[in-house]
Amino acid sequence: MANFETKIVETDLLIIGGGMAACGAAVEAAYWAKKNGVKVTLVDKAAMDRSGAVAMGLSALNQYIGVGAGDNTVEDYVRYVRQDLMGVTREDLVFNIARHVDSTVHLFEKWGLPIWKDENGKYVHEGRWQVMINGESYKILVAEAAKNAMNAAGMEIYERVFITEPLMDGDKVAGAVGFSVREDKFYVFKAKAVLVAAGGAVSVFRPRSVGEGMGRSWYPPFNSGSSAFMTLRAGAEMTCQEVRFIPVRFKDGYGPVGAWFLLFKASATNAFGEDYMKTHADELKKYAPYGLAKPIPACLRNHLGMMDIFAGKGPLYMQTAEAIQKIAAAAGDEKAAKKKLKHLEAEAWEDFLDMTVSQAILWAAMNIEPEKAPSEIAPCEPYFIGSHSGASGAWVSGAEDLQTEATKKDYFWGYTNMTTVPGMFAAGDASGASSHKFSSGSFTEGRIAAKSAVKYCVDNKTRPTVTDATIAEYKARALAPLDLYEAHKDYANDPNINPNFIKPRDYMFRLQKLMDEYAGGVSTQFTTNKHLLNRALELLAMLKEDSQKLAASNHNELMRCWENIHRTWQAEAHVRTLLFREETRWPGYYYRADTPNMDEANWKCFANCKVDRKTGEWTMIKRTIHRIVE
Amino acid sequence: MPSFVINEKCDGCKGKDKTACMYICPNDLMVLDKVKMKAFNRAPDMCWECYSCVKICPQQAIDVRGYADFVPLGASCVPLRGSEDIMWTIKFRNGSVKRFKFPIRTTPEGKAVPNGGFPEGDGDLNSPALFTEPASLNMAAVPTLKK
Repeated sequence: MANFETKIVETDLLIIGGGMAACGAAVEAAYWAKKNGVKVTLVDKAAMDRSGAVAMGLSALNQYIGVGAGDNTVEDYVRYVRQDLMGVTREDLVFNIARHVDSTVHLFEKWGLPIWKDENGKYVHEGRWQVMINGESYKILVAEAAKNAMNAAGMEIYERVFITEPLMDGDKVAGAVGFSVREDKFYVFKAKAVLVAAGGAVSVFRPRSVGEGMGRSWYPPFNSGSSAFMTLRAGAEMTCQEVRFIPVRFKDGYGPVGAWFLLFKASATNAFGEDYMKTHADELKKYAPYGLAKPIPACLRNHLGMMDIFAGKGPLYMQTAEAIQKIAAAAGDEKAAKKKLKHLEAEAWEDFLDMTVSQAILWAAMNIEPEKAPSEIAPCEPYFIGSHSGASGAWVSGAEDLQTEATKKDYFWGYTNMTTVPGMFAAGDASGASSHKFSSGSFTEGRIAAKSAVKYCVDNKTRPTVTDATIAEYKARALAPLDLYEAHKDYANDPNINPNFIKPRDYMFRLQKLMDEYAGGVSTQFTTNKHLLNRALELLAMLKEDSQKLAASNHNELMRCWENIHRTWQAEAHVRTLLFREETRWPGYYYRADTPNMDEANWKCFANCKVDRKTGEWTMIKRTIHRIVE
Repeated sequence: MPSFVINEKCDGCKGKDKTACMYICPNDLMVLDKVKMKAFNRAPDMCWECYSCVKICPQQAIDVRGYADFVPLGASCVPLRGSEDIMWTIKFRNGSVKRFKFPIRTTPEGKAVPNGGFPEGDGDLNSPALFTEPASLNMAAVPTLKK
């Protein structure tokens, strides 16, 4: 076996991840842990400064309520999210994040995040819930506060350690194991509680760009399904696994459209100048009540645009020039208009440069000046996230004070944000049915989960039992791809073509092809049916068998092997839940051609799933949707 | 190839055990070739073009060439990141150039204080209040459900 030293780290609370939710968890956990004599350890596969989906920066904070100033209520936000997700949301979870998120945004500002202010000192809003920032260093600032908090409390951070699997003690979580991506070291983290905040999943479906541009996913390519795997593998119940997210963005560069739609009030049209939101307005009636209320859900906006694409009326355009000229003209005389135009131009470019530099390169390479000509927009490929208008993640307990008599038996089991596995918590993209948390809400949910997890550690004094034999078994499994490569590498002349193994890159392409063609990817215009999905399961079963044959020639490839194992579990949970839900509730995200309509009578519910740890058997579960807000 | 290293400028961070780009890349793509003493991007098609390596490189030895499968040649976006702001030089395919400067933070580097100067709450592990609440909410109490 590969000669890796085994490092054992004893802790109480293990935080897995380094993005927004994990940093929120670190800041909050450090305070409560120090106060209560609890040890916290954070492990991240990257460097926290630029780890996670906010690595590049952001141009807006998309969740700010303004409760203290009386701008909106927490209940308003719950209604907004419920509407956008076609009625399927855990209102207690959304409420909990929304009631705390302003506190987080105010902290960000104190840490040094430049938030735009108007002449009265109020935040400049992009839309009702979004505030504008100069966010190039957003993640650096947040990581800095997290590291400062952890250091001051005497807690430990491990960077560049990839977590492969959860450690279990019976049905309870007992920690996690992984390896250094730089050194010959295998890590065993023994913990009473584990907080999973390891991001969503990208590259499960074949991307639109399959050359160099494969890495230009809207969500980052390094979010590889680790959260879904960790929770599923521990036996946790999952929710909304069918709700993939497909953002419509500027084509190919996937630059943000929020500022254009919300701040600049731009319209989107087909190639013939028709506004598809108007020409297809009747279609919205099929999705009442959600289709008829405002704002129109993201999936339905996608759907109306896709109707034009599928009818051959593409490309779709964001009418940037029209929008900018309109705002400039409203500024007054010619001089004022010119000044306004220059200001808007800088804002438009910053929107890209702060979060999607690729889109700025693409515009510069195409000589696009947004004030002069419109730009193409298009739906991306499917992604799995617990935020934005996605919803996939673990099924977690809500807060006790946010339950009603009706919700208590279904939504509450002791510790806020704990999954159905004792001691395992989830936040950010790892927790489901609590959409629209974005960066600020994900950080906030990390804080909520961390406080709760510290309480769990205080209440549960017994340390988990993990035997040496168990550690040896996990270690052998983690390093198996290195051993397999070593055993067979001299057989063939090509290091990647060898009948004894499969390299992670080829394995990923196989996963992406089958998901694309059978589970409603780009090439089938997001359409599938039960026969295609059953075939996807047959192909996935063989892929999973072959995952035993993944081979790695170095640390980096070993990480790629495991990332793809993680993606595979996300893929299977998705396919099984697409199959289970016999309706099309989120057109514009996917279409079940055999059940093409929304079915409120039978499917206004959560579609949950879980895997038996020992037998590998999947169970599909319907769960009731309760309202806590009128 | 998304991010690439300019041979003439890269000094391999003078052969330390890890280069700045290796330290920062969120996808673990940057590697040091210890023979040539130059860093390189080992998997350009896994690169998000997040510019973390470009911004951190002490020699300004890393640039990005837009993805070959859809970006026409001839453009570049070059950042110069300081301690308070970032300056971008955007070169268009037609030769025109735009420059933008944006603030990046309002506090000195390293000085983000976790509680933000807000008074800490009552320290009750059983309450829904987070450690800086209710002060950091600008409210008297954490909102709860009206039943």
